[in-house]
Amino acid sequence: MNDVWAFFSFSDPTVRIVSLGTVFLAMSASVVGTFAFLRKRALVGDAIAHAILPGIAIAFMLSGTKNPVVLMMGALISGWLATWAMEYITEKTKLSNDTAVALVLSVFFGIGIMLLTHIQHSGSGNQSGLDQYLFGKAAGMTEQDLWTYSVVAVLLLTVVLSLYKELKVYSFNPDFAAVSGLPVKAIRRILNLVTVLAIAIGIQSVGVVLMAALLITPAAAARAWTSSLKIMLILAALIGGISGLSGSLISYLSPAMPTGPWIVMTLSIITLLSLFFAPKRGALSRLLKQRRHSQKILNENLLKVFYKLSVERKLEQVGLSVDQLQAERAINKSDFAAAIRRLKRKNWLLAEGEKLKLSSIGLVEAKRVVRLHRLWEMYLSQRLNLKEDHIHPNAESMEHIISPELEALLLKELDFPTQDPHNSPIPYAN
Amino acid sequence: MENQTALEVHNLTASYQRKPVLWEIDFKVPSGHLIGILGPNGSGKTTLLRNIMNLMEADSGYVKIFGKDLDEVRSRLSYVPQRESVDWNFPASVREVVEMGRYRPGNLLRRLKSSDKQKVKAALEKVGMLAYADRQISELSGGQQQRVFIARSLAQEADIYLMDEPFVGVDAATEEAILSLLSGLRDEGKTVLIVHHDLQSAYQYFDWMILLNTRLIAAGPKEEVFNSTYLREAYGGKLNLLSKLGEIIAREQFPLREPDFKEKEGSGDE
Amino acid sequence: MEAIFIIATGALVAMTCALLGSFLLLRKMAMLGDAISHAVLPGIVLAFMISGSRDNFSMLIGASLAGLLVTLLIELLHKKIHLQEDASIGISFTWLFAIGVILISAYTEQVDLDQDCVLYGEIAYVPFDLIYFSGGELFFPRATIISGLLFLLTLGFVLVAYKGLKITSFNSDYAKSLGISTLAWHLVFMSMVSITTVLSFEIVGAILIVALLVVPPATAYLLTKRLKQMLLLALIFALLSAIGGYYLAVLLDASIAGAMVSLAGFFFLLALIFSRLRSRSLKVDAYLNE
Repeated sequence: MNDVWAFFSFSDPTVRIVSLGTVFLAMSASVVGTFAFLRKRALVGDAIAHAILPGIAIAFMLSGTKNPVVLMMGALISGWLATWAMEYITEKTKLSNDTAVALVLSVFFGIGIMLLTHIQHSGSGNQSGLDQYLFGKAAGMTEQDLWTYSVVAVLLLTVVLSLYKELKVYSFNPDFAAVSGLPVKAIRRILNLVTVLAIAIGIQSVGVVLMAALLITPAAAARAWTSSLKIMLILAALIGGISGLSGSLISYLSPAMPTGPWIVMTLSIITLLSLFFAPKRGALSRLLKQRRHSQKILNENLLKVFYKLSVERKLEQVGLSVDQLQAERAINKSDFAAAIRRLKRKNWLLAEGEKLKLSSIGLVEAKRVVRLHRLWEMYLSQRLNLKEDHIHPNAESMEHIISPELEALLLKELDFPTQDPHNSPIPYAN
Repeated sequence: MENQTALEVHNLTASYQRKPVLWEIDFKVPSGHLIGILGPNGSGKTTLLRNIMNLMEADSGYVKIFGKDLDEVRSRLSYVPQRESVDWNFPASVREVVEMGRYRPGNLLRRLKSSDKQKVKAALEKVGMLAYADRQISELSGGQQQRVFIARSLAQEADIYLMDEPFVGVDAATEEAILSLLSGLRDEGKTVLIVHHDLQSAYQYFDWMILLNTRLIAAGPKEEVFNSTYLREAYGGKLNLLSKLGEIIAREQFPLREPDFKEKEGSGDE
Repeated sequence: MEAIFIIATGALVAMTCALLGSFLLLRKMAMLGDAISHAVLPGIVLAFMISGSRDNFSMLIGASLAGLLVTLLIELLHKKIHLQEDASIGISFTWLFAIGVILISAYTEQVDLDQDCVLYGEIAYVPFDLIYFSGGELFFPRATIISGLLFLLTLGFVLVAYKGLKITSFNSDYAKSLGISTLAWHLVFMSMVSITTVLSFEIVGAILIVALLVVPPATAYLLTKRLKQMLLLALIFALLSAIGGYYLAVLLDASIAGAMVSLAGFFFLLALIFSRLRSRSLKVDAYLNE
């Protein structure tokens, strides 16, 4: 616990540099990555990250230094070359885009590995540390690195903010952007450039192999919570930042632990949780919704049975037993009991000893369901030209879906009919 | 043969990404006709074919072929997908593609018999592509590609042919050749269903029509179907109510059919 | 002698990958191969920890499970949660790979795998793990035997399943309409890819397998329009890359796997230039003929 305090007091300059640097890197990658995510280019980001390796190796071989600015220039050039190569191969050959991506990714990476091992084996003294680009080694960040990365991060954010509108239109709909006269080519180049830049600095924290996660995963998480691009960018940056911080914390607490993979681990968990639990777009809320719907369907089917038996067969005064109801419609026992409990709770059903009766508000509700069912039957026979004997089973289920707004439309279109196609009366509220 | 029902589609409802694109489609097709499936873009023509071929799951309803399930009579059916649905850069020759018409689940691991190869040759001859048998498919024109697909289908020697837009992107000579070929099939008592989007030529090409716009507008002999009332209904836009309902179903994750809905494997009308 | 064993092993792995990769390319699933090759890592590490040895069988099971897990995870995210496909792939495999690296770092004592091996394998160590036959007279490296068997298995599979692979790759809807189970074919094919990925892992590393799966087939694809020729050319490029790569690596004193891939990339570049020139000259011819 003391260690956690020690970390968050940021009194240790190394901790300060490393965590600040990691957070900056993660945040700028997340922001830029959001656009890559929206353009459905997650795997292109992965390829660029791998393709940066030979650039770094060549920059080192030519310059002999590990100066971050020099290495980043190399990274930038090879990342840019890879982007161009993927576009060229997709456009000019019969190879599909995903093949082009896999091809560029693996060939550049293979060259990178060859050069890197060559450098390692040639033992020119200060070569150690280059392989940190494979898995990232945030812990080795120096103050000079931090400055470089902060400048680049600020630069990236400035570009994104000042071109916000253009990038937004382009990411959502490049065709529309082209039609409305935006300089699409220039926007694409700028976006490619900032992506390569963000990746070039980002690999310091997570390494080339896991860089795609830093780009894409925060955006996917953010997307689960919002449909607004602005909020999405802020959320992605936050999620990226938090993951960066937690990665550095974990490797501070347990130095054997690598920062990069833990950043990705945190990111993935946040994202999976978001994808499952986010309201509206999350999987859980969808499941709950489906459950609510099936309960609603059961409730309403039961009401229909009540309506049929009590109003149309005039069993109203006596009330109905559970057996009578079950004979009318095959519903499994536990579902049936649960539905009856729900209807009682809503006061739509009243118990009279062993028997059950519709309440007055229950009757209104039952009428509504029966009305929608019969209106839909009308619609099927009139608009869809269904034969009379085909109608009934197909009107089932739609009555549960029709909203009040649609009901109004339906009534208007059918001109308030009084009888359904089987000549049963359509019950109106009054 | 003439009055036998070749194909029955019974109250078929099908969705794409949860949104219903076919509502309660219900019709029967007699055998021995050349049938056009017509309707505006997005009216569910392709979805209908894919449902007949069981390439996607319907929400409800069923399809019977000669009164039987697809799996029992699969060899009597032949499907021609849209030409654009495959990558024509695939490394294969014309002959190789047409040979696929003789592939069956049971002979995939064996060589084709010489009788199969004869049938392939005959099919190539019928579409006028025998001279191109060893040509690579990437070197063909649009019309030639379509001829290859038709030949592949002919090689199946089926009784019902389902073709998705065979006249799209095809030169006039090919269009005419394909049409006379299909008319020939019809005259042999085969049933040919064709998804077609060009109203101009439809009346001249087909003798039977199915008019769709997410719902069935009409199905029957062309004289009964091809009139201004039905055409206006089919091409005059979607039914407002139906499309709104579809949107709600897709957005709200409603089940399109209740779990105990019985009709899917029904045995016919009750 | 060592050189021959290393080259033979590399060539057999590369040729196996070339055969399967050709169909992977034609099925437009190259990136799925990438995802699987990353994702097998945690499976291999776990198998290593549990069995405590580098025995191939437990690694195969661990990795196959991980491979299966990543395909299911991608499917779940894409189909059930409606996340776009590229992001589903990207998120799934980076996560599993991260877990793998974390496991390696956490259990360094138990797990004799280092991160470099993960990336580019240990083909140089192939000649040191030998299996002796007929009383020690005859011996072969274990990896050479395994990759030889794998190559024969794959070659047999492709020969027997040629028609099925062809029709399901070219037009899967049509295959389905003939009653062919495209799902079963997909599963069998992907299992072959997974097995190859796992067995090649030690030799060329997780990531470079993707290169062997994609690059020689893509090179062949640019040069021919015939499937049989494509498979043959892919085999030849795989073989040349393995032989040339070894000597390039010796020359540069660098990773053999890296050099093999670099050379494969060089062949691709040549094929690309050649095919561009050819299509340009065809256009000129067409222009002159008009």
